[in-house]
Amino acid sequence: MDEYMLIFRHEDGRKIASPEQMQVWMQQTMDWIGTISAKNKFVGGTGLPFDDAKVVHHNNLVTNGPFGDIKETIGGYITVKADSIEEAVEFAKGSPVLQGPGNTVEVRKIAKNDGVH
Amino acid sequence: MKEFLLLFRTDYEKVSKASVEQAEAMMKKWMDWLGGIAAQNKLASKGNRLQSSGRIVKSDNIVTNGPYTDIKESIGGYTIIKADNYDEAVEMAKGCPVLLAGGNVEVREIDVI
Amino acid sequence: MEQQELIPHLFRTEFSKITAVLSKLFGIEHIEVAEDIASETFLSALEVWSYKGIPVNPVAWLYTVAKNKAKNLLARNQTFSKKIEPQLKRLSAGNEEIDIDLSEKNITDSQLQMLFAICHPSISAEAQIGLALRILCGFGIEEIANAFLTNKETINKRLYRAKEKLQHENVQIEFPSETEISSRLETVLTTLYLLFNEGYYSESQDVVLREDFCLEAMRLTYLLIENEQTNKPDVNALLALMCFHASRFPARKNENGELILYSEQDESLWNTELITKGIFFLNKASQGNIVSKYHLEASIAYWHTIKADTKEKWENILQLYNRLLQMEYSPVIALNRTYALSKANSKEEAIEEAEKLQLTNNHYYYTLLGELYKETDSIKAKQYFEKAWALAKTQTDKQTIRRKIEAL
Repeated sequence: MDEYMLIFRHEDGRKIASPEQMQVWMQQTMDWIGTISAKNKFVGGTGLPFDDAKVVHHNNLVTNGPFGDIKETIGGYITVKADSIEEAVEFAKGSPVLQGPGNTVEVRKIAKNDGVH
Repeated sequence: MKEFLLLFRTDYEKVSKASVEQAEAMMKKWMDWLGGIAAQNKLASKGNRLQSSGRIVKSDNIVTNGPYTDIKESIGGYTIIKADNYDEAVEMAKGCPVLLAGGNVEVREIDVI
Repeated sequence: MEQQELIPHLFRTEFSKITAVLSKLFGIEHIEVAEDIASETFLSALEVWSYKGIPVNPVAWLYTVAKNKAKNLLARNQTFSKKIEPQLKRLSAGNEEIDIDLSEKNITDSQLQMLFAICHPSISAEAQIGLALRILCGFGIEEIANAFLTNKETINKRLYRAKEKLQHENVQIEFPSETEISSRLETVLTTLYLLFNEGYYSESQDVVLREDFCLEAMRLTYLLIENEQTNKPDVNALLALMCFHASRFPARKNENGELILYSEQDESLWNTELITKGIFFLNKASQGNIVSKYHLEASIAYWHTIKADTKEKWENILQLYNRLLQMEYSPVIALNRTYALSKANSKEEAIEEAEKLQLTNNHYYYTLLGELYKETDSIKAKQYFEKAWALAKTQTDKQTIRRKIEAL
């Protein structure tokens, strides 16, 4: 079984929604992770607050993140176990992040035993 | 102490053109950089490298091929470090070899789900 | 062998075997009864052999006496007998005569099972090592106290509490189930690793005793390798590591018992037979995809068996330390990694990295900085060595640092 990373790109929820709405999304996220965990396919993950984010560039230039279009900012990720990218994509489709138009979940296979990681 | 995610962004087109020797030399730089962070006991998770291909699932459940490419660089991997604040985390990110190849490192504080 | 040498020798090899077999028979709650019978057996040997002479087969003699003592105890002590009767019935399956099986196979099995029982996660690592030294290796309380630089009472108390805990937790002297084996094996390996280190790095002046600790740790690790179910890659890696370290025994101390640093050792004194064995077990360990910290440490130790200072050697050592640190942080590994960095990359880079470590209460930290500066800035080097000297706790360490200052 391989591991896949699901990367969430969306707007900063706190800028567009009420604390109550945030609470609902959080609950939905936990339920979604719960269904993946129930299949013993959840590996781990985290949210990434938008405040103070930084990007370090070539020549040690440091800029404030997030960069690009606001919908392209990474808001968090989880890692799941799946037999194929299709299975991982199916997991991704259940993500509450996708309720927001323009939001995406990027699905990437984790490279193993490549010496570095 | 807080945890920070370092996301490595790189232009895959460039990476695939590197010679075996260049790739090996780069590998050593990565290992020495990670080892240096671990030696300070500030490596929370060595993280992972991501394979270059992938899928994007959009909000209307449309699935497209490839990594996220609206920007030139896509995510190549990540590592989680321990630091007291953003300044310290950024200092550590400055040693990352991805910068030598014209890539960049996004530094993000972690918020446990 | 004369009697005065033979009995201590047999005590070391046979005490633990008798204790393991009898404990297995009586159950872990009667471990002390088993130890008493084993001790009494040796007392009898001491008495009888001194006027009758040493028997033709001393080991068989000991086993016969131990068996008789065990049977007598059971016959004499009704209460004890009743308590362990169910246990015995289960084992002898209706056989009236209690069979005390001191065959080689049963001894090995009992010792292995005892190893798993003692290395139980419910008791502290320190207590596990103490129990292993006493029950599995047959060391005397005084010897154990000597190695831990403490007194007999402390060791007695520690062992007593550990045995109580094993009873309380109802730990069985048995082989763990297939599903449990790898997690239990991990604890066993940690204990064997610490047991070896106890001998290798102990401050005790008794050199022979310390080597015995290491050899016993190796013997027990080998027991695991001989058993099909526990002959795993990490076990082989641990034994390889022990072989490589042990190969330097004759070279790492001078006639005054002072530590000789690796770089100053006479490599003609290194034991090539042990190095060859180490390579053999490291090869066996590499069959499979598992890379444990023992694999990495054994590989580092392997590179140290090559004395010549090549770029290749230090580059390999550096990468192994890089990986080891990602698996498990410790200040010692961080410092060793920085030293390797100075050899593989450059002193300048190593100094820069060393300064980030800030292990300011560690004398090895300042020793390393002193080493890194000694060729370019002897004033700074001296300052660092002096800081190291002030922080060092043991005489050996202080002497080593003093010599470095004098050599500047």
